[in-house]
Amino acid sequence: MITVKELTKRYARNVAVDHISFEVQKGQIVGFLGPNGAGKTTTMRMLTCFLPPTAGTAMVAGFDVLEAPLEVKKRIGYLPESPPLYPEMETGEYLAFVGKLKGLSGAELCKQVDYVCDRCAIADVKNKLLGKLSKGYRQRVGLAQAIIHNPDVLILDEPTAGLDPKQINETRDLIKSLAGNHTIILSTHILPEVEQTCEQVIIINKGKLVATDSVHNLQNRARGAETMFVEIGGRNSNLESSIVQNRLSTVNGVSRVQFKTSHGNRSVFEVESQKGFVRGDLARAIVEAGWDLNELRPTAMSLEEIFLQLTKSDAAPAEEPVAQGVA
Amino acid sequence: MRNILTIYWKEIRSYFVSPIAYILLTMFALIFGFFFWNALGYFVLMGMEEQMRGQAFPMNLNEQIIRPLLSNASVIGLFFIPMITMRLFAEEKRSGTIELLATSPVRDIEVIIGKWLAALSLYACMLLFTAINFAFLFKYGNPDWKPLAIGYLGLLLQAGGLLAIGTFISTLTKNQIIAGAATFGVCLMLWVLEWVSGYETATWAQVLAYMSVITHFQSFAKGVLEIKDAIFYLTVIFLGLFFTSRSMESLRWRS
Repeated sequence: MITVKELTKRYARNVAVDHISFEVQKGQIVGFLGPNGAGKTTTMRMLTCFLPPTAGTAMVAGFDVLEAPLEVKKRIGYLPESPPLYPEMETGEYLAFVGKLKGLSGAELCKQVDYVCDRCAIADVKNKLLGKLSKGYRQRVGLAQAIIHNPDVLILDEPTAGLDPKQINETRDLIKSLAGNHTIILSTHILPEVEQTCEQVIIINKGKLVATDSVHNLQNRARGAETMFVEIGGRNSNLESSIVQNRLSTVNGVSRVQFKTSHGNRSVFEVESQKGFVRGDLARAIVEAGWDLNELRPTAMSLEEIFLQLTKSDAAPAEEPVAQGVA
Repeated sequence: MRNILTIYWKEIRSYFVSPIAYILLTMFALIFGFFFWNALGYFVLMGMEEQMRGQAFPMNLNEQIIRPLLSNASVIGLFFIPMITMRLFAEEKRSGTIELLATSPVRDIEVIIGKWLAALSLYACMLLFTAINFAFLFKYGNPDWKPLAIGYLGLLLQAGGLLAIGTFISTLTKNQIIAGAATFGVCLMLWVLEWVSGYETATWAQVLAYMSVITHFQSFAKGVLEIKDAIFYLTVIFLGLFFTSRSMESLRWRS
């Protein structure tokens, strides 16, 4: 649906976006992740034909952003960082205005206005002035205007910025429910948001592409070794932590065992393994030794750690396999 | 065309939903009304003096009231035009709504013409209020309506040119005050350029005087439709809108 090749945006003094390439398939939700000033907004603006690229190409739904901007614009719904609202307009008439701009008219326009009001839960403010709406409503009206012409591609620039936690959840659910019909790109610098809403992640930093992969793969890849949290209880007597540690180390595949804490007859260990699926052997070994296995869970690396790992040092991109096309 | 109308009605709405339109209309009507009252008072005094002297000096409503008043209206207009155009693009740039317009499937030129037509319509409304004054002349006298119609046409053409310049200036900044002040400066310059012809006859002075918007209004005020003056105004309109569209495009490349 979206194909970006070697996209570059150069300003007088700095390069905002530096040879970025990625692809997005139809119906996917893609998270565009990066610290502030990484070039997320610039990339999105180039995709929406707001800014022309300095070099490279971007195709949306088969149309080039430079050669056929009108065709691209017809197929894109865009929510900029701050919703583009006219404070002196009422919600309903604003949506009708945007609908007309996007080429809707007559009965279809009325139908779509009602539909998005319903979808984005803004029907109750339909006759209110936009200038008087709260931040949450403004954001939802912004989202409503982006989807009013039922576009193939939705581009959302920090859709949850400035909302309270409840509104953030509502907005995320709304975005998730929109996937399927629409291909969605959303930018954010909040990592859990990507973990919760997106299937694919594109990480950029200082204008350069750092990684693009599925959320799941990215977690796996950055993890390398699996780390587990193990809590063991002594059945009748107190545990001798060094004995347990030795026993656990001998389990096939375990590379490192670290004693964390103990309270009473319970001890907590952190176990690192090279290959996957040692959990079964580990559990068996513990039980066979006559101890209780209270808890055993992998401590998945959060995207936050991956992100830091990928973006922290200049050397990081060299270590990581960079820019594999998103399948 | 459809897009132009969409933009046009949106602009008209925002003029009339906010106090802008009402304040401009009121002030223009008041100021023009004052001019009219003065012109009429002077005219009546002259008429009485003529009668007392027993001379039959030809009194003419067109020559003595309508013509100077149309010239006055064109000058008063210069002061109001920046207030009409300053918000057109500056406001959209400040609030970020320009991103909505620029990413919608409409051409820049459609946006520009829609906005410019809305500005021109507001100005036309202001002129409509001046027509009330002239209506009294028709009720109690019998002036010729044709010179008046041509005068109004001239006012609209002149305003169209200045509004196009104001629209252009509004695309250059995010700040409405700057846009307004710059437009006011340009309008004023285009008015006073004519003065150089008073003491200088060299070619440069003639060129400068020719560029003055007031010079070209004289024929319209007389009630004469001079094609070359009309073409001057149409050229200003075209250039203003053309530069606006260039400026919109360069916004994208610069930002």
